[in-house]
Amino acid sequence: MAHIVSITLQNNDDARPIIEAIEQDNPEATVNVYPAMVKIDCPGRLEIRRETVEEKLGRPWDVQEIHLVVISLAGNLDEEDDYLTLEWNN
Amino acid sequence: MTVAKKPRKLGLKQRYSMLTRGLDWETTYQPMDKVFPYTSYEGIKIKDWDDWVDPFRLTMDAYWKYQAEKERKLYAVIDSFSQNNGHLGITDARYVNALKLFLTGVSPLEYMAHRGFAHVGRHFSGVGPRIACQMQSLDELRHVQTQVHAMSHYNKFFDGLHDFRHMHDRVWYLSVPKSFFDDAYSAGPFEFLTSISFAFEYVLTNLLFVPFMSGAAYNGDMATVTFGFSAQSDEARHMTLGLEVIKFMLEQHEDNVPIVQRWIDKWAWRGYRVLALVAMMMDYMLPKRIMSWQEAWEMYFEEAGGALFADLARYGIRPPKTAEVAAKEKSRLSHEVWSIFYNYTHAAAFHTWMPSEDEMRWLAEKYPDTFERYYRPRYEHWIAQEKAGNRFYNQALPMLCQVCQIPMAFTEPDDPSKICFRSSDFGGDKYHFCSDGCKEIFDFEPRKYVQAWLPVHQIYQGNCGGATVPEVLDWYHLNQGADNLDYNGSPDQEFWEKWKADRARAAS
Repeated sequence: MAHIVSITLQNNDDARPIIEAIEQDNPEATVNVYPAMVKIDCPGRLEIRRETVEEKLGRPWDVQEIHLVVISLAGNLDEEDDYLTLEWNN
Repeated sequence: MTVAKKPRKLGLKQRYSMLTRGLDWETTYQPMDKVFPYTSYEGIKIKDWDDWVDPFRLTMDAYWKYQAEKERKLYAVIDSFSQNNGHLGITDARYVNALKLFLTGVSPLEYMAHRGFAHVGRHFSGVGPRIACQMQSLDELRHVQTQVHAMSHYNKFFDGLHDFRHMHDRVWYLSVPKSFFDDAYSAGPFEFLTSISFAFEYVLTNLLFVPFMSGAAYNGDMATVTFGFSAQSDEARHMTLGLEVIKFMLEQHEDNVPIVQRWIDKWAWRGYRVLALVAMMMDYMLPKRIMSWQEAWEMYFEEAGGALFADLARYGIRPPKTAEVAAKEKSRLSHEVWSIFYNYTHAAAFHTWMPSEDEMRWLAEKYPDTFERYYRPRYEHWIAQEKAGNRFYNQALPMLCQVCQIPMAFTEPDDPSKICFRSSDFGGDKYHFCSDGCKEIFDFEPRKYVQAWLPVHQIYQGNCGGATVPEVLDWYHLNQGADNLDYNGSPDQEFWEKWKADRARAAS
């Protein structure tokens, strides 16, 4: 059984397209909505793709813009121009 | 719909590499080990600094851009909060006592984190961690500044917030968080990152963040909530640094494993003891409670920690020993700590009070095995004393643990009716500890901990303004009759009751 990776984002307009992109690209992800924040859990690996976010957002998007809305993460992180992934090695 | 995109000349990894590796050099005027004198004395062996993988790759232009954007948004909210008397939107003035504890206890730690990361940001011989630490040093300075700004509005209306820096360095309960950070700050660079980046900012961070920031959200404190979210985005970068440094040390050399394990045990324990203040805050100081300390510990340490330590098991790391004792204490911790502060509220810069019947019902429901049996009886006794005009204040000074510096009121892990008391002899003197965890820390490095500045010892040695409690409180810069004593009868309460009455009149 894979351990859960997770990303928690602020529950605001800036994060909405990112949340939608994550749901589209990670079918096994669960989106938990709490007061003021959204915690997205996924077994083993979660990927955020720049292209999908841009599709939802309607403008060019830098993966690093996520710094404006991220609250917490769990998992080993890899950040690149076109994606951001979280993964456990077990 | 295809979106027009500006082509980048270099990829993210390359740009970051130009900033970090590209600007680094081997010194020639002086040997590297003289320029970086702290790199090896802790016994940590690094074979190749080039193996360091940067988790987040923020170049300076990106850093300034995103931090500036966060600042603009945050200060707009703080200004608005202040202009619109946002403090009147909180559930109850008792909540502000959580902020008093935060500003005097936690904000100065952010400042020390700034200093500590500036120090290791100079002293790591690897350029990757140096840059990450320098950015974190800026983040931490930002945190102390934004906390002070967010809470400054409350200082206009409530007591105990007026001299947090002065109090942090002197007041008895504030030496608990202060000594935690002084211990880390005076350690070597690798231990500093294990204690702060890994143990505090990765393993235990949710146990500080969720209680205070959710407590703010649940109790109408918009300024603190907004600060909290603004800081948390920085914390995501800090967390990844913590995880990266642990993996890096463990992968570089197998000799590092026992050293790192010992640090994980030590700092998970020290962090856990500091979090006792948070446990009390969660269960007793929030008019609208989020969850119990026990629930928070189970969610954020017992469950979440499982995935992390399963990942580290491949290196030969096991979960910290803290876990066993904390599991036994989780149904008792907050009540024991609230009782300590109830005893000494005459010497504290925030108020305490006895829980109402409704609140005791909540506590009994959350703690079915311990509350009714061990804690309700003493609370009913204190309530009776208060009703009879004899609100209890303990006139004797408590013995403090030499390591965590908390008054020694914790009970044996296996017996809640017995105070836990340990000691060690060193250099002809006897030292006292609240637990096996603290004793073990002392026994490994006694020469460090015999130097501890213990507030109660210092009072008795005449170093704290005088031989009487009022003189000591003056030395603390505590406004007597305003900052201290029970919430009942306090100026904070008078202010709040008047506001409630005015509001009820206007609404009728």
